Amino acid sequence: MIISVASGKGGTGKTTVATNLAVSLGPGVQLLDCDVEEPNAHLFIQPVMEEVKTINTPVPQIDMQKCTLCGKCGEICQFKAIVVLGKTVMPFHELCHSCGGCMLVCPAGAVTEVGRELGVIERGHRDGLEFVHGRLRVGEAMSPPLIRKVREYTRRGSLTIIDAPPGTSCPVIASMKGADFVLLVTEPTPFGLHDLKLATGAVRMLGIPCGLVINRSDVGDDRVKAYARAQDIPVFMEIPFDRRIAEIYSRGHMIVEAMPERKAQFVNLYRQIEKIVS
Amino acid sequence: MKELVIISGKGGTGKTSLLAGFAAVAKDKVLCDADVDAADLHLVMNPQIRERHDFQSGHTASIDQDKCTRCGLCRDVCRWDSIDEDFVVDPIACEGCGVCCYLCPEKAIDFPLNTCGEWFLSNTRFGPMAHASLGIAEENSGKLVTLIRQQGRKLAEENHMDLLLTDGPPGIGCPVIASIGGATALLIVAEPTVSGKHDMTRVAELAAFFKVPAMLCVNKFDLNPEQAGAMEDFAAARGIRVMGRIPYDPVFTKAMVQGLTVVEYDAGSPGAMGVKKIWEAVARGLEI
Repeated sequence: MIISVASGKGGTGKTTVATNLAVSLGPGVQLLDCDVEEPNAHLFIQPVMEEVKTINTPVPQIDMQKCTLCGKCGEICQFKAIVVLGKTVMPFHELCHSCGGCMLVCPAGAVTEVGRELGVIERGHRDGLEFVHGRLRVGEAMSPPLIRKVREYTRRGSLTIIDAPPGTSCPVIASMKGADFVLLVTEPTPFGLHDLKLATGAVRMLGIPCGLVINRSDVGDDRVKAYARAQDIPVFMEIPFDRRIAEIYSRGHMIVEAMPERKAQFVNLYRQIEKIVS
Repeated sequence: MKELVIISGKGGTGKTSLLAGFAAVAKDKVLCDADVDAADLHLVMNPQIRERHDFQSGHTASIDQDKCTRCGLCRDVCRWDSIDEDFVVDPIACEGCGVCCYLCPEKAIDFPLNTCGEWFLSNTRFGPMAHASLGIAEENSGKLVTLIRQQGRKLAEENHMDLLLTDGPPGIGCPVIASIGGATALLIVAEPTVSGKHDMTRVAELAAFFKVPAMLCVNKFDLNPEQAGAMEDFAAARGIRVMGRIPYDPVFTKAMVQGLTVVEYDAGSPGAMGVKKIWEAVARGLEI
Protein backbone atom coordinates (compact mmCIF):
# COMPACT_ATOMS: atom_id res chain seq x y z
CA MET A 1 0.00 0.00 0.00
CA ILE A 2 1.19 3.51 -0.83
CA ILE A 3 0.10 6.40 1.39
CA SER A 4 0.99 9.87 0.18
CA VAL A 5 1.02 12.63 2.81
CA ALA A 6 0.15 15.98 1.21
CA SER A 7 -1.33 19.32 2.23
CA GLY A 8 -1.64 22.14 -0.30
CA LYS A 9 -0.36 24.71 2.17
CA GLY A 10 3.22 24.39 3.37
CA GLY A 11 4.24 24.08 7.00
CA THR A 12 1.08 22.34 8.19
CA GLY A 13 2.88 19.26 9.49
CA LYS A 14 3.22 16.83 6.57
CA THR A 15 6.72 15.78 7.56
CA THR A 16 5.73 15.46 11.22
CA VAL A 17 2.84 13.15 10.31
CA ALA A 18 4.79 11.15 7.70
CA THR A 19 7.83 10.53 9.93
CA ASN A 20 5.89 9.76 13.11
CA LEU A 21 3.55 7.46 11.22
CA ALA A 22 6.45 5.59 9.59
CA VAL A 23 8.36 5.14 12.87
CA SER A 24 5.24 4.12 14.81
CA LEU A 25 4.50 1.30 12.37
CA GLY A 26 7.91 -0.24 12.89
CA PRO A 27 10.21 -2.29 10.66
CA GLY A 28 9.39 -3.18 7.09
CA VAL A 29 7.95 0.23 6.30
CA GLN A 30 9.37 2.45 3.57
CA LEU A 31 9.49 6.23 3.80
CA LEU A 32 10.10 8.18 0.58
CA ASP A 33 10.67 11.91 0.98
CA CYS A 34 9.46 13.34 -2.34
CA ASP A 35 9.75 16.98 -1.26
CA VAL A 36 12.97 17.07 -3.22
CA GLU A 37 13.20 20.86 -3.20
CA GLU A 38 13.27 21.03 0.57
CA PRO A 39 13.60 17.49 1.96
CA ASN A 40 13.32 17.46 5.76
CA ALA A 41 12.27 13.95 6.82
CA HIS A 42 15.89 12.79 7.19
CA LEU A 43 16.46 15.44 9.87
CA PHE A 44 13.97 13.57 12.09
CA ILE A 45 14.56 9.98 10.95
CA GLN A 46 18.36 10.38 11.00
CA PRO A 47 18.87 7.30 8.85
CA VAL A 48 22.19 5.58 8.32
CA MET A 49 22.76 6.35 4.64
CA GLU A 50 24.01 3.47 2.50
CA GLU A 51 23.81 4.74 -1.03
CA VAL A 52 24.11 8.07 -2.82
CA LYS A 53 23.30 8.25 -6.50
CA THR A 54 23.52 11.22 -8.84
CA ILE A 55 20.46 11.44 -11.06
CA ASN A 56 20.77 12.89 -14.53
CA THR A 57 18.20 13.68 -17.15
CA PRO A 58 19.11 13.30 -20.85
CA VAL A 59 19.69 16.52 -22.82
CA PRO A 60 20.93 16.92 -26.40
CA GLN A 61 24.46 17.35 -27.61
CA ILE A 62 25.09 18.29 -31.24
CA ASP A 63 27.87 16.97 -33.44
CA MET A 64 28.44 19.93 -35.77
CA GLN A 65 30.50 17.71 -38.09
CA LYS A 66 27.31 15.81 -38.90
CA CYS A 67 24.73 18.60 -38.56
CA THR A 68 23.30 19.90 -41.83
CA LEU A 69 21.53 22.90 -40.19
CA CYS A 70 18.18 21.57 -41.45
CA GLY A 71 16.42 23.04 -38.39
CA LYS A 72 14.18 20.04 -37.64
CA CYS A 73 15.39 19.83 -34.03
CA GLY A 74 14.39 23.42 -33.34
CA GLU A 75 11.07 22.82 -35.08
CA ILE A 76 10.00 19.87 -32.92
CA CYS A 77 11.17 21.33 -29.60
CA GLN A 78 8.24 22.80 -27.65
CA PHE A 79 10.45 24.25 -24.96
CA LYS A 80 12.81 26.44 -27.03
CA ALA A 81 15.61 24.31 -25.69
CA ILE A 82 17.36 23.90 -29.03
CA VAL A 83 17.77 26.69 -31.57
CA VAL A 84 19.51 26.88 -34.94
CA LEU A 85 21.39 30.18 -35.02
CA GLY A 86 23.17 30.98 -38.29
CA LYS A 87 25.77 28.28 -38.77
CA THR A 88 25.46 26.70 -35.35
CA VAL A 89 22.96 24.86 -33.16
CA MET A 90 22.53 26.00 -29.57
CA PRO A 91 21.06 23.58 -27.04
CA PHE A 92 19.77 25.25 -23.83
CA HIS A 93 20.09 22.38 -21.39
CA GLU A 94 18.25 24.03 -18.49
CA LEU A 95 15.10 24.43 -20.64
CA CYS A 96 15.14 20.84 -21.93
CA HIS A 97 12.36 18.46 -20.81
CA SER A 98 14.25 15.37 -22.05
CA CYS A 99 11.60 14.25 -24.54
CA GLY A 100 14.21 13.07 -27.04
CA GLY A 101 12.34 14.63 -29.96
CA CYS A 102 15.36 16.42 -31.44
CA MET A 103 17.32 13.19 -31.54
CA LEU A 104 14.43 11.31 -33.19
CA VAL A 105 13.92 13.83 -35.98
CA CYS A 106 17.55 14.59 -36.81
CA PRO A 107 18.10 13.07 -40.28
CA ALA A 108 21.89 13.29 -39.95
CA GLY A 109 22.23 11.50 -36.61
CA ALA A 110 23.96 14.57 -35.21
CA VAL A 111 22.08 14.60 -31.90
CA THR A 112 23.15 12.39 -29.03
CA GLU A 113 22.27 12.71 -25.36
CA VAL A 114 24.34 13.72 -22.39
CA GLY A 115 23.20 14.17 -18.79
CA ARG A 116 22.07 17.27 -16.90
CA GLU A 117 22.27 16.69 -13.16
CA LEU A 118 18.87 16.88 -11.47
CA GLY A 119 20.19 16.12 -8.02
CA VAL A 120 20.94 13.10 -5.88
CA ILE A 121 19.00 10.25 -4.34
CA GLU A 122 20.11 8.94 -0.97
CA ARG A 123 18.96 5.65 0.51
CA GLY A 124 19.41 4.43 4.04
CA HIS A 125 17.68 2.79 6.97
CA ARG A 126 16.80 3.15 10.60
CA ASP A 127 15.72 0.19 12.74
CA GLY A 128 14.36 -1.74 9.77
CA LEU A 129 12.67 1.29 8.22
CA GLU A 130 13.89 1.92 4.69
CA PHE A 131 14.42 5.58 3.90
CA VAL A 132 14.86 7.20 0.47
CA HIS A 133 14.91 10.86 -0.48
CA GLY A 134 15.83 13.08 -3.38
CA ARG A 135 17.72 16.36 -3.13
CA LEU A 136 17.18 18.66 -6.10
CA ARG A 137 20.38 20.38 -7.23
CA VAL A 138 20.27 24.06 -6.25
CA GLY A 139 19.58 25.95 -9.48
CA GLU A 140 17.69 23.04 -11.11
CA ALA A 141 14.11 24.01 -11.96
CA MET A 142 12.46 20.66 -12.67
CA SER A 143 11.62 18.51 -9.68
CA PRO A 144 9.05 16.00 -11.11
CA PRO A 145 11.63 13.81 -12.93
CA LEU A 146 13.64 13.47 -9.70
CA ILE A 147 10.46 12.72 -7.75
CA ARG A 148 9.60 9.96 -10.23
CA LYS A 149 13.10 8.50 -9.72
CA VAL A 150 12.60 8.47 -5.93
CA ARG A 151 9.30 6.68 -6.43
CA GLU A 152 11.01 3.95 -8.46
CA TYR A 153 12.34 2.75 -5.09
CA THR A 154 8.79 1.75 -4.06
CA ARG A 155 8.81 -1.89 -2.99
CA ARG A 156 5.65 -3.69 -4.03
CA GLY A 157 3.98 -5.55 -1.21
CA SER A 158 5.29 -3.36 1.56
CA LEU A 159 3.84 -0.21 3.10
CA THR A 160 5.26 2.91 1.47
CA ILE A 161 4.73 6.34 3.00
CA ILE A 162 5.43 9.36 0.79
CA ASP A 163 6.17 12.82 2.15
CA ALA A 164 4.89 15.09 -0.65
CA PRO A 165 5.85 18.71 -1.38
CA PRO A 166 3.40 21.59 -0.74
CA GLY A 167 1.22 23.04 -3.48
CA THR A 168 -1.02 21.38 -6.07
CA SER A 169 0.96 21.55 -9.31
CA CYS A 170 3.17 19.02 -11.10
CA PRO A 171 5.57 18.08 -8.23
CA VAL A 172 2.58 17.26 -5.99
CA ILE A 173 0.85 15.25 -8.71
CA ALA A 174 4.11 13.34 -9.27
CA SER A 175 4.10 12.51 -5.53
CA MET A 176 0.44 11.42 -5.31
CA LYS A 177 -0.24 9.68 -8.63
CA GLY A 178 -0.65 5.93 -8.18
CA ALA A 179 -0.97 6.15 -4.39
CA ASP A 180 -3.68 4.05 -2.72
CA PHE A 181 -4.50 6.78 -0.24
CA VAL A 182 -3.72 10.47 0.27
CA LEU A 183 -3.51 11.70 3.83
CA LEU A 184 -4.07 15.46 3.83
CA VAL A 185 -2.59 17.47 6.67
CA THR A 186 -4.00 20.93 7.28
CA GLU A 187 -4.46 23.62 9.88
CA PRO A 188 -7.84 25.20 10.66
CA THR A 189 -7.04 28.66 9.25
CA PRO A 190 -8.30 30.48 6.15
CA PHE A 191 -5.00 29.77 4.34
CA GLY A 192 -5.09 26.14 5.44
CA LEU A 193 -8.68 25.74 4.24
CA HIS A 194 -8.13 27.48 0.92
CA ASP A 195 -5.14 25.29 0.08
CA LEU A 196 -6.90 22.18 1.40
CA LYS A 197 -9.67 22.78 -1.14
CA LEU A 198 -7.06 22.90 -3.92
CA ALA A 199 -5.37 19.75 -2.64
CA THR A 200 -8.71 17.95 -2.38
CA GLY A 201 -9.42 18.95 -5.98
CA ALA A 202 -6.13 17.39 -7.07
CA VAL A 203 -6.77 14.18 -5.10
CA ARG A 204 -10.28 13.87 -6.53
CA MET A 205 -8.96 14.45 -10.05
CA LEU A 206 -6.61 11.50 -9.53
CA GLY A 207 -9.47 9.44 -8.10
CA ILE A 208 -7.66 8.53 -4.86
CA PRO A 209 -9.47 8.20 -1.50
CA CYS A 210 -8.34 10.69 1.12
CA GLY A 211 -8.60 11.53 4.81
CA LEU A 212 -7.58 14.44 6.97
CA VAL A 213 -5.29 15.22 9.88
CA ILE A 214 -5.97 18.62 11.47
CA ASN A 215 -2.83 19.98 13.04
CA ARG A 216 -2.86 22.82 15.60
CA SER A 217 -6.56 21.95 15.72
CA ASP A 218 -7.42 24.52 18.38
CA VAL A 219 -6.17 27.62 16.57
CA GLY A 220 -8.19 29.40 13.86
CA ASP A 221 -11.82 28.55 13.25
CA ASP A 222 -14.25 25.68 12.48
CA ARG A 223 -14.43 26.09 8.74
CA VAL A 224 -12.00 23.25 7.94
CA LYS A 225 -14.16 20.78 9.88
CA ALA A 226 -17.33 22.07 8.20
CA TYR A 227 -15.65 21.65 4.81
CA ALA A 228 -14.52 18.10 5.65
CA ARG A 229 -18.08 17.21 6.68
CA ALA A 230 -19.60 18.72 3.55
CA GLN A 231 -17.07 16.95 1.33
CA ASP A 232 -17.35 13.66 3.19
CA ILE A 233 -13.65 13.60 4.05
CA PRO A 234 -13.02 11.64 7.26
CA VAL A 235 -11.02 13.44 9.98
CA PHE A 236 -8.68 10.79 11.41
CA MET A 237 -6.70 12.80 13.89
CA GLU A 238 -6.56 16.19 15.53
CA ILE A 239 -3.37 17.49 17.07
CA PRO A 240 -3.97 20.53 19.33
CA PHE A 241 -1.32 23.23 19.44
CA ASP A 242 1.16 22.32 22.12
CA ARG A 243 4.21 24.47 22.67
CA ARG A 244 6.07 21.34 23.80
CA ILE A 245 5.45 19.70 20.40
CA ALA A 246 6.60 22.87 18.63
CA GLU A 247 9.81 22.87 20.66
CA ILE A 248 10.39 19.12 20.19
CA TYR A 249 9.97 19.67 16.44
CA SER A 250 12.27 22.70 16.44
CA ARG A 251 15.08 20.53 17.83
CA GLY A 252 14.58 17.84 15.20
CA HIS A 253 13.02 15.26 17.52
CA MET A 254 9.98 13.16 16.79
CA ILE A 255 6.77 13.32 18.79
CA VAL A 256 6.64 9.54 19.30
CA GLU A 257 10.17 9.54 20.70
CA ALA A 258 9.67 12.40 23.12
CA MET A 259 6.12 11.32 23.97
CA PRO A 260 5.96 7.52 23.42
CA GLU A 261 2.35 7.48 24.61
CA ARG A 262 1.43 9.19 21.30
CA LYS A 263 2.51 6.18 19.25
CA ALA A 264 -0.87 4.49 19.63
CA GLN A 265 -2.54 7.47 17.94
CA PHE A 266 -0.38 7.07 14.85
CA VAL A 267 -0.95 3.31 14.76
CA ASN A 268 -4.66 3.99 15.02
CA LEU A 269 -4.38 6.52 12.19
CA TYR A 270 -2.93 3.77 10.01
CA ARG A 271 -5.68 1.29 11.00
CA GLN A 272 -8.32 3.76 9.83
CA ILE A 273 -6.57 4.19 6.47
CA GLU A 274 -6.18 0.43 6.13
CA LYS A 275 -9.91 -0.04 6.64
CA ILE A 276 -10.74 2.38 3.82
CA VAL A 277 -8.16 1.02 1.37
CA SER A 278 -9.09 -2.63 1.85
CA MET B 1 11.62 50.45 -9.46
CA LYS B 2 12.44 48.21 -6.53
CA GLU B 3 11.03 44.74 -6.01
CA LEU B 4 11.18 42.86 -2.74
CA VAL B 5 10.37 39.16 -3.05
CA ILE B 6 9.53 37.20 0.09
CA ILE B 7 10.58 33.57 -0.02
CA SER B 8 11.22 30.91 2.59
CA GLY B 9 12.28 27.56 1.20
CA LYS B 10 10.12 25.81 3.77
CA GLY B 11 6.38 26.41 3.52
CA GLY B 12 4.27 27.87 6.28
CA THR B 13 6.90 30.10 7.88
CA GLY B 14 4.75 33.22 7.57
CA LYS B 15 5.61 34.71 4.16
CA THR B 16 2.09 35.81 3.33
CA SER B 17 1.23 37.14 6.80
CA LEU B 18 4.44 39.17 6.80
CA LEU B 19 3.85 40.53 3.31
CA ALA B 20 0.28 41.48 4.27
CA GLY B 21 1.69 43.33 7.29
CA PHE B 22 4.15 45.17 5.05
CA ALA B 23 1.27 46.11 2.74
CA ALA B 24 -0.40 47.85 5.68
CA VAL B 25 2.65 49.95 6.58
CA ALA B 26 4.54 50.54 3.30
CA LYS B 27 3.60 53.53 1.16
CA ASP B 28 2.91 53.64 -2.60
CA LYS B 29 3.40 50.02 -3.57
CA VAL B 30 1.93 47.37 -5.79
CA LEU B 31 1.26 43.90 -4.37
CA CYS B 32 2.03 40.79 -6.33
CA ASP B 33 1.18 37.20 -5.38
CA ALA B 34 3.69 34.97 -7.14
CA ASP B 35 2.68 31.85 -5.19
CA VAL B 36 0.35 30.96 -8.04
CA ASP B 37 0.14 27.30 -7.08
CA ALA B 38 -1.49 27.95 -3.69
CA ALA B 39 -2.18 31.68 -3.68
CA ASP B 40 -3.38 32.96 -0.31
CA LEU B 41 -2.66 36.71 -0.24
CA HIS B 42 -6.10 37.50 -1.66
CA LEU B 43 -7.70 36.00 1.46
CA VAL B 44 -6.35 38.93 3.46
CA MET B 45 -6.35 41.60 0.73
CA ASN B 46 -9.92 40.97 -0.44
CA PRO B 47 -9.12 42.31 -3.92
CA GLN B 48 -11.76 43.94 -6.12
CA ILE B 49 -10.98 42.34 -9.48
CA ARG B 50 -10.79 44.90 -12.33
CA GLU B 51 -9.44 42.62 -15.05
CA ARG B 52 -9.54 38.87 -15.49
CA HIS B 53 -7.51 37.00 -18.11
CA ASP B 54 -7.01 33.39 -19.09
CA PHE B 55 -3.50 32.04 -18.74
CA GLN B 56 -2.69 29.85 -21.69
CA SER B 57 0.50 27.87 -21.84
CA GLY B 58 1.67 24.46 -22.92
CA HIS B 59 -0.09 21.80 -24.98
CA THR B 60 -1.57 18.36 -24.40
CA ALA B 61 -1.78 15.60 -26.99
CA SER B 62 -5.13 14.11 -27.92
CA ILE B 63 -5.59 11.19 -30.31
CA ASP B 64 -8.39 11.13 -32.87
CA GLN B 65 -9.60 7.51 -32.67
CA ASP B 66 -11.14 7.68 -36.15
CA LYS B 67 -7.81 8.51 -37.78
CA CYS B 68 -5.59 6.36 -35.54
CA THR B 69 -4.38 3.09 -37.15
CA ARG B 70 -2.87 1.83 -33.88
CA CYS B 71 0.59 1.55 -35.41
CA GLY B 72 2.07 2.17 -31.94
CA LEU B 73 4.73 4.70 -32.95
CA CYS B 74 3.40 7.29 -30.50
CA ARG B 75 3.62 4.82 -27.63
CA ASP B 76 7.18 3.92 -28.61
CA VAL B 77 8.41 7.53 -28.67
CA CYS B 78 6.54 8.82 -25.60
CA ARG B 79 8.93 9.01 -22.66
CA TRP B 80 6.14 9.73 -20.16
CA ASP B 81 4.11 6.52 -20.67
CA SER B 82 1.16 8.80 -21.23
CA ILE B 83 -0.51 6.83 -24.04
CA ASP B 84 -2.30 3.65 -22.97
CA GLU B 85 -2.93 0.43 -24.91
CA ASP B 86 -6.19 1.85 -26.24
CA PHE B 87 -4.34 4.88 -27.60
CA VAL B 88 -5.86 7.29 -25.15
CA VAL B 89 -3.64 10.04 -23.75
CA ASP B 90 -3.51 10.57 -19.99
CA PRO B 91 -3.53 14.40 -19.87
CA ILE B 92 -1.93 14.41 -16.42
CA ALA B 93 1.02 12.31 -17.55
CA CYS B 94 1.43 14.13 -20.91
CA GLU B 95 4.44 16.46 -20.76
CA GLY B 96 3.34 18.47 -23.80
CA CYS B 97 6.49 17.72 -25.78
CA GLY B 98 4.55 17.13 -29.01
CA VAL B 99 6.85 14.36 -30.24
CA CYS B 100 3.94 11.95 -30.83
CA CYS B 101 2.00 14.60 -32.70
CA TYR B 102 4.98 15.55 -34.88
CA LEU B 103 5.78 11.95 -35.82
CA CYS B 104 2.29 10.42 -36.20
CA PRO B 105 2.14 9.12 -39.81
CA GLU B 106 -1.67 9.48 -39.87
CA LYS B 107 -1.71 13.02 -38.46
CA ALA B 108 -4.17 11.62 -35.94
CA ILE B 109 -2.86 13.53 -32.94
CA ASP B 110 -4.16 16.93 -32.06
CA PHE B 111 -2.08 19.21 -29.82
CA PRO B 112 -4.26 22.03 -28.48
CA LEU B 113 -3.03 24.90 -26.33
CA ASN B 114 -3.96 24.53 -22.65
CA THR B 115 -5.78 27.08 -20.57
CA CYS B 116 -4.12 26.39 -17.26
CA GLY B 117 -5.18 29.23 -15.05
CA GLU B 118 -6.32 32.80 -14.70
CA TRP B 119 -4.63 36.04 -13.74
CA PHE B 120 -6.12 39.18 -12.31
CA LEU B 121 -5.48 42.88 -11.91
CA SER B 122 -7.22 44.21 -8.82
CA ASN B 123 -7.62 47.04 -6.38
CA THR B 124 -7.19 46.51 -2.67
CA ARG B 125 -7.42 48.77 0.36
CA PHE B 126 -3.61 48.91 0.26
CA GLY B 127 -3.17 49.61 -3.44
CA PRO B 128 -3.12 47.77 -6.75
CA MET B 129 -2.51 44.03 -6.86
CA ALA B 130 -1.54 41.48 -9.52
CA HIS B 131 -2.44 37.89 -8.73
CA ALA B 132 -3.23 34.59 -10.36
CA SER B 133 -4.66 31.19 -9.88
CA LEU B 134 -3.11 28.16 -11.54
CA GLY B 135 -5.54 25.37 -12.35
CA ILE B 136 -5.29 22.26 -10.20
CA ALA B 137 -2.61 19.83 -11.39
CA GLU B 138 -1.50 22.26 -14.08
CA GLU B 139 2.02 22.85 -15.28
CA ASN B 140 3.90 25.98 -16.31
CA SER B 141 3.68 27.68 -12.93
CA GLY B 142 7.06 29.31 -13.64
CA LYS B 143 5.67 31.00 -16.75
CA LEU B 144 2.66 32.27 -14.82
CA VAL B 145 4.96 33.63 -12.10
CA THR B 146 6.99 35.49 -14.72
CA LEU B 147 3.80 36.88 -16.26
CA ILE B 148 2.33 38.02 -12.95
CA ARG B 149 5.55 39.78 -11.93
CA GLN B 150 5.60 41.59 -15.30
CA GLN B 151 1.98 42.64 -14.73
CA GLY B 152 2.85 43.86 -11.23
CA ARG B 153 5.66 45.96 -12.67
CA LYS B 154 3.31 47.41 -15.28
CA LEU B 155 0.74 48.27 -12.61
CA ALA B 156 3.44 50.09 -10.65
CA GLU B 157 4.52 52.08 -13.71
CA GLU B 158 0.94 53.04 -14.56
CA ASN B 159 0.35 54.20 -10.99
CA HIS B 160 3.72 55.99 -10.75
CA MET B 161 4.81 53.76 -7.90
CA ASP B 162 8.36 52.61 -7.32
CA LEU B 163 7.85 49.57 -5.13
CA LEU B 164 6.65 46.06 -5.82
CA LEU B 165 6.06 43.68 -2.91
CA THR B 166 5.99 40.09 -4.15
CA ASP B 167 4.87 37.03 -2.20
CA GLY B 168 6.93 34.09 -3.45
CA PRO B 169 6.25 30.35 -3.43
CA PRO B 170 7.91 27.75 -1.15
CA GLY B 171 10.69 25.46 -2.37
CA ILE B 172 13.66 26.12 -4.65
CA GLY B 173 12.35 24.79 -7.99
CA CYS B 174 10.81 26.25 -11.12
CA PRO B 175 8.30 28.76 -9.66
CA VAL B 176 10.84 30.03 -7.10
CA ILE B 177 13.51 30.49 -9.75
CA ALA B 178 10.93 32.44 -11.79
CA SER B 179 10.12 34.56 -8.72
CA ILE B 180 13.60 35.77 -7.89
CA GLY B 181 15.28 36.64 -11.20
CA GLY B 182 15.80 40.39 -11.46
CA ALA B 183 14.46 41.16 -7.96
CA THR B 184 16.11 44.01 -6.04
CA ALA B 185 16.30 41.86 -2.93
CA LEU B 186 14.87 38.73 -1.35
CA LEU B 187 13.59 38.54 2.19
CA ILE B 188 13.94 35.00 3.50
CA VAL B 189 11.41 34.25 6.25
CA ALA B 190 12.60 31.31 8.30
CA GLU B 191 11.51 29.56 11.47
CA PRO B 192 14.01 28.48 14.13
CA THR B 193 13.74 24.72 13.65
CA VAL B 194 16.14 22.16 12.20
CA SER B 195 13.91 22.01 9.09
CA GLY B 196 13.78 25.79 8.94
CA LYS B 197 17.56 26.04 9.08
CA HIS B 198 18.03 23.30 6.48
CA ASP B 199 15.57 24.93 4.07
CA MET B 200 16.91 28.45 4.66
CA THR B 201 20.38 27.18 3.74
CA ARG B 202 19.10 25.80 0.43
CA VAL B 203 17.18 28.94 -0.46
CA ALA B 204 20.21 31.08 0.49
CA GLU B 205 22.31 28.95 -1.88
CA LEU B 206 19.69 29.54 -4.58
CA ALA B 207 19.86 33.32 -4.02
CA ALA B 208 23.66 33.17 -4.30
CA PHE B 209 23.41 30.96 -7.42
CA PHE B 210 21.27 33.59 -9.18
CA LYS B 211 23.20 36.47 -7.57
CA VAL B 212 20.18 38.13 -5.93
CA PRO B 213 20.92 39.93 -2.62
CA ALA B 214 19.14 38.35 0.33
CA MET B 215 17.95 39.43 3.77
CA LEU B 216 16.77 37.24 6.66
CA CYS B 217 13.98 37.49 9.20
CA VAL B 218 13.47 34.74 11.79
CA ASN B 219 9.80 34.30 12.61
CA LYS B 220 8.57 32.66 15.87
CA PHE B 221 12.15 33.07 17.09
CA ASP B 222 11.21 32.40 20.73
CA LEU B 223 10.25 28.78 19.96
CA ASN B 224 13.99 28.12 19.87
CA PRO B 225 16.13 31.27 20.45
CA GLU B 226 19.34 29.27 20.26
CA GLN B 227 18.49 27.95 16.79
CA ALA B 228 17.39 31.48 15.75
CA GLY B 229 20.79 32.83 16.79
CA ALA B 230 22.61 30.08 14.90
CA MET B 231 20.61 30.88 11.77
CA GLU B 232 21.37 34.58 12.03
CA ASP B 233 25.09 33.83 12.43
CA PHE B 234 24.95 31.52 9.44
CA ALA B 235 23.25 34.23 7.37
CA ALA B 236 25.62 37.01 8.44
CA ALA B 237 28.64 34.86 7.52
CA ARG B 238 27.23 34.53 4.00
CA GLY B 239 26.53 38.19 3.42
CA ILE B 240 22.80 37.88 4.11
CA ARG B 241 21.63 40.91 6.07
CA VAL B 242 19.76 40.08 9.26
CA MET B 243 16.63 42.24 9.50
CA GLY B 244 15.37 41.17 12.92
CA ARG B 245 13.08 38.74 14.66
CA ILE B 246 9.36 38.26 15.18
CA PRO B 247 8.03 36.38 18.24
CA TYR B 248 5.48 33.58 18.10
CA ASP B 249 2.19 35.43 18.42
CA PRO B 250 -1.30 33.89 18.03
CA VAL B 251 -2.40 37.31 16.75
CA PHE B 252 -1.23 36.28 13.26
CA THR B 253 -3.83 33.50 13.09
CA LYS B 254 -6.54 35.65 14.69
CA ALA B 255 -5.95 38.41 12.13
CA MET B 256 -6.02 35.90 9.27
CA VAL B 257 -9.35 34.48 10.46
CA GLN B 258 -10.80 38.02 10.30
CA GLY B 259 -9.30 38.60 6.84
CA LEU B 260 -7.09 41.36 8.23
CA THR B 261 -3.40 42.10 8.40
CA VAL B 262 -1.80 41.77 11.81
CA VAL B 263 -1.20 45.54 11.84
CA GLU B 264 -4.91 46.28 11.35
CA TYR B 265 -6.03 43.64 13.82
CA ASP B 266 -3.87 44.74 16.74
CA ALA B 267 -1.20 47.32 15.99
CA GLY B 268 0.19 47.12 19.51
CA SER B 269 0.64 43.33 19.57
CA PRO B 270 4.18 41.90 19.70
CA GLY B 271 3.61 40.36 16.26
CA ALA B 272 2.53 43.66 14.66
CA MET B 273 5.36 45.57 16.33
CA GLY B 274 7.78 42.96 15.00
CA VAL B 275 6.41 43.32 11.46
CA LYS B 276 6.74 47.12 11.60
CA LYS B 277 10.33 46.94 12.81
CA ILE B 278 11.27 44.44 10.12
CA TRP B 279 9.67 46.65 7.48
CA GLU B 280 11.66 49.69 8.66
CA ALA B 281 14.87 47.67 8.42
CA VAL B 282 13.93 46.27 4.99
CA ALA B 283 12.99 49.75 3.70
CA ARG B 284 16.40 51.05 4.81
CA GLY B 285 18.01 48.03 3.12
CA LEU B 286 16.13 48.81 -0.11
CA GLU B 287 17.03 52.50 0.26
CA ILE B 288 13.45 53.68 -0.01
